[in-house]
Amino acid sequence: MGVLKKKKVKVIKIDLEKCNGCRACEVICSSFHAVPKYGSNNPARSRIRLIRDPLKDIFLPVYAGEYTAAQCMGRDKYIIQGKEYGECDFCRASCPSRDAFKEPDSGLPLKCDMCEDDPPQEEPLCVQWCLNKALIYEEREEEVEEEVRPDEVEAGLKSLVDKYGLGKVVDTVVRLSSKG
Amino acid sequence: MRYAETGYNLEVDLSRGNIERVETDPRLTELHIGGLGTNAKILWDRVPPEVEPFSPDNLLIFGAGLLCGTPAVGANRTIVSTFSPQTLLMAYSMMGGFFAPELKHAGYDKVIIRGRSPDLVYLWINNDRVEIRDAGHLRGKGSLETAEIIRQELNEPNAQVAAIGLAGENRVYYASIEHGRSSASRGGIGAVMGDKRLKAIAVRGTKDVNIARPARFIELCNEVLKYIQFRQENPVKGVPPILAVLGSPQEMAIHDEEWHTNNFAWGNARYRRKDFWTREVEEKWKEVQSKAVERLISCYNCPLKCGGIISHPQLKRYMMKCYSKLTYTMAAMSDLEFGFKIAGLAQEYGVDGYSTPQVMAFALELYEAGILTDRDLAGMPSDTEGRFFWLLERIVRREGIGDVLANGTYWAARQIGRGAEAYAHNTIKKHEQLPLKLGMLNPIYFLMYSTGEKINITQIEGQFPQAPFATRELREEFVKDWFQVPDERFKQYVLDWEPRGERSIPYYPTIEATCEIVDWQEKMHYIDDATGICAGVSSFHLKPPYHIHNLPDIISAAAGIDLDREGLSLAARRNRTLIRAINVRRGLRRKDERPPENHWKKRFPELEARLLDEYYKFKGFNKEGIPTRESLLELGLDYVGEDLLRRGILTDGKSDPAGEAPAEAGKK
Repeated sequence: MGVLKKKKVKVIKIDLEKCNGCRACEVICSSFHAVPKYGSNNPARSRIRLIRDPLKDIFLPVYAGEYTAAQCMGRDKYIIQGKEYGECDFCRASCPSRDAFKEPDSGLPLKCDMCEDDPPQEEPLCVQWCLNKALIYEEREEEVEEEVRPDEVEAGLKSLVDKYGLGKVVDTVVRLSSKG
Repeated sequence: MRYAETGYNLEVDLSRGNIERVETDPRLTELHIGGLGTNAKILWDRVPPEVEPFSPDNLLIFGAGLLCGTPAVGANRTIVSTFSPQTLLMAYSMMGGFFAPELKHAGYDKVIIRGRSPDLVYLWINNDRVEIRDAGHLRGKGSLETAEIIRQELNEPNAQVAAIGLAGENRVYYASIEHGRSSASRGGIGAVMGDKRLKAIAVRGTKDVNIARPARFIELCNEVLKYIQFRQENPVKGVPPILAVLGSPQEMAIHDEEWHTNNFAWGNARYRRKDFWTREVEEKWKEVQSKAVERLISCYNCPLKCGGIISHPQLKRYMMKCYSKLTYTMAAMSDLEFGFKIAGLAQEYGVDGYSTPQVMAFALELYEAGILTDRDLAGMPSDTEGRFFWLLERIVRREGIGDVLANGTYWAARQIGRGAEAYAHNTIKKHEQLPLKLGMLNPIYFLMYSTGEKINITQIEGQFPQAPFATRELREEFVKDWFQVPDERFKQYVLDWEPRGERSIPYYPTIEATCEIVDWQEKMHYIDDATGICAGVSSFHLKPPYHIHNLPDIISAAAGIDLDREGLSLAARRNRTLIRAINVRRGLRRKDERPPENHWKKRFPELEARLLDEYYKFKGFNKEGIPTRESLLELGLDYVGEDLLRRGILTDGKSDPAGEAPAEAGKK
């Protein structure tokens, strides 16, 4: 267990009424996280997804969260002001039940990192590019329990271990490193 | 590696069911940039002038602009090019939305359709997997309905679909290609798609689009975004509300329609109603619009909310933008409620929002004049709104009189005869125009209407004020932060331009200045149509965020090609001249280059002739409007010159051959 510590908590407020459905958030997210930075873009690699169904007036930006090895039982429907959403629509997980929040080629999980950058960005890029202010960035101080979070490489490897078994992953890493 | 573009086109032969992925020549990007430019190059090379629009040999090209799929704000246009059944000339119509970026991410810059399928089909492009699929079950379905069914049967909610409705299937000469709230609707390109028996193209892509100089490119994109915000917060003063802010005219957000209703003509482009807009009308329309428009929406990667989701108790939801909310309303001399009702249905059928209401108003005029009779229109209801709905149903099915009206006012009038020609009074090059009937000839608009290859004024105008500012103060304020001008002298033209007196239309701006102004306006559109940047954040506007000073840098940083202002201007001129040559090869001549006779009440034949002479000279055309060998050589289009020479359209060094080639005769 971690200790209690004061921490800056970064929050994005999502106002569905203001979303104009343009997907600029997806564009700039994938561009920022490209290697080299801004060197390519591809909404399919974005860590924010807009669930967009204009003929049902559904515009729902969702951020990528933790990777999960197993899919859950969430198959329920939510009806909010006459609009029907799937339970999955609100979920942040990179999970086996869907394509969202996975690299399209490798299938590795994606996760929003609030655009960690050096020097730091004032706001995550999706917020900066959302001129209609559907995405609003807020910071607040909170006392939180500190915990060690796995980094991206670790999360990625863990997903591969879940999928292929530790042995196969280790073999592959060894083979790759021997190729230099 | 290719940057900004994918470097591949998808070639689909529907006659043989053959699909190929073909690498493109990067040199063509340097010469023509992309989008419309490279579309035109393909049409010049591969569709000879003998090929009729409804021939399997005609091509239908869906070209993504060069910058589509990059983070360039508002770069999302698909440029659809082919030959028009209505004008018999090159048609290019564009749509925003989400199609072009998706196509780029699937790994293609263009889809080039040739041949004709034996049965109705649709194309499914899923990255490297491309299939021609049966569309028998989609026959007669609406355009939006088709998109929904396809997304469901592919189980791919993120697929982007461009589809035709019943009008395209039945080859209505002004049928559109619909894609969500966007449509490529001018010139009858939906009819060509229907002729190819292609109901829809669905595309899904998950590949990267690469940027050559990322840091510089994103810096420029951020500047554009910042300036958009500034422009929206600081509307241009002294111009109508829809011209004051960026975007495709903000018809979904703005309810003040005084400018359109008082200045545009009602009915069959006939009546000005200068006292129409009253407080009572304003309140009523405001209420109707606020009930109908559920949400303002945008195209891919654009903050401007030009579209609206329309919800009406008697209709399925649909999406709308721009002036189509008024075209049916005004043609039927009706109200906004009617406009919203019929536009949704028209969109499902897939017809152009400019031509369609005009054709219907034309039919009703012919009926009033006794040229069309009760026999021709048997079963037509007695109220105007009911008649519009009735005519729409006949036209999209080509039933009875609808079969004639489906060819547009120009051809329908000739088929009907009995003096009907006089009622088809609002066309240029056989294509229905905006319903504008004004007083004094405006030299700038005269040239744009006459010579624009797009044959659609809203896709030619921009940058320069449509009319002089009322006061010196307004003019001074306008030019103060007008850094978009290519040269300081354009500021002087605005400062000196007065509503009345010596320096007013038709003799001011001078002929020389008029040529420069038109050239600038046109150039910016040609650049946008190559990059895929929407005119609504660019060339259509006063003081746009994209301009001749930042575009070369933006294109270079994205695509990695060397480009400065001169280079980009030359490429735009090359594209413009190539399209002119394509049309000249199909018979376009000086005599076709004129606005409707009654567009202005006060006309000046001598001045108009001089304007055309000087403008042609300025563009490197001869007196017939044909590009000269010298100007073609300068643009690296020698092969075009040689072709025109071989065909006897140009003569070697001598004066122009007779301009009597048969554009007007057509090929019916």
